[in-house]
Amino acid sequence: MANTYTLIEGKTLTTTAASVIFTSIPQTYTDLLIKFSARSTSTAGVDIYANLRVQFNSDTGNNYNGILLFANLGSPGSGSYTSLSGNAFSYANGNVTTASTFSNMEIYIPNYTGSNKKTSSVDGVVENNASNGFVEMAAEIWTGTSAITTIDLVSIYGSHTADSTFYLYGIKNS
Amino acid sequence: MAAGPTYSPIATTTATGSSTNVTFNSISGSYTDLVLVIANVTAQIDNVGITLNSDTGSNYSRVILQGNGSTASSNKNSNQTYLYTMYKDTAGGDPVMSTTQFLNYSNSTTYKSVFTRQETNSSGTKAVQAIASVWRSTSAITSISINSGNANFNSGATFTLYGIAAA
Repeated sequence: MANTYTLIEGKTLTTTAASVIFTSIPQTYTDLLIKFSARSTSTAGVDIYANLRVQFNSDTGNNYNGILLFANLGSPGSGSYTSLSGNAFSYANGNVTTASTFSNMEIYIPNYTGSNKKTSSVDGVVENNASNGFVEMAAEIWTGTSAITTIDLVSIYGSHTADSTFYLYGIKNS
Repeated sequence: MAAGPTYSPIATTTATGSSTNVTFNSISGSYTDLVLVIANVTAQIDNVGITLNSDTGSNYSRVILQGNGSTASSNKNSNQTYLYTMYKDTAGGDPVMSTTQFLNYSNSTTYKSVFTRQETNSSGTKAVQAIASVWRSTSAITSISINSGNANFNSGATFTLYGIAAA
């Protein structure tokens, strides 16, 4: 029986880091899946979450668009962005959340070696056993048409803390 | 004893641009759950539906939580003739995707629960949806048919069925 859900690389931070980069991604899979659990050093604002920018192939141009479905307090909501410098609907727990709590995020990237624009689906939560929490799913698109060879998960507010974990998996359809 | 692989490809189809339908037949009952990944759909599609075991009766129901980039809403539909897996794309051109899980699909005693995440972020349509569905049949799922409401699936659209085994 084929095993098609394969760990490409995992990173566990032992100190703070502004970004985590997966480079030289093999082109032998069909889809990619990132699972990460992160916390930010940021205490900016009152939000419990800290955005990341997920950038492909070191493209920091304003070539990313996304829409979001979320719930935190009260009724669910929806939002969007256009022309940002990275996919923006992935989150770390902010440093205002309960100590030792980390976000839970999955990013699925189908057909990452193809020549179309690259879609991503994101599912995630920021929870900390306090008065606020956050659950989301998002659709994001990078307008680049090159095969993805590098993924950079950049902390926009502060840095990723130690004990944040990032795993990249490859999934093959045969 | 180490566990064996539990996320295995069962079948994959790449559309050629000449059909509104993709069907997976003779699905093995040896897994616990199924996952269907539809990707790279760039056609100007209408809603995409799934029928199971060729059942086109009014035996499907769903509840949808969705966002369009500005507001969130929810819908409930009973007695439908298909499972809903992908929203219409009024423009086409940008790839859209969906992931659908069929839970405990091979048992012959319960109705079948299905969960879909679909993402349409194109120049024409923006929608993120979580869809919980039920197929009111106790039959094991042996066939999955994906049907576009109007246009042919574009050449290069991919449909992959994976099996997940609990052990």
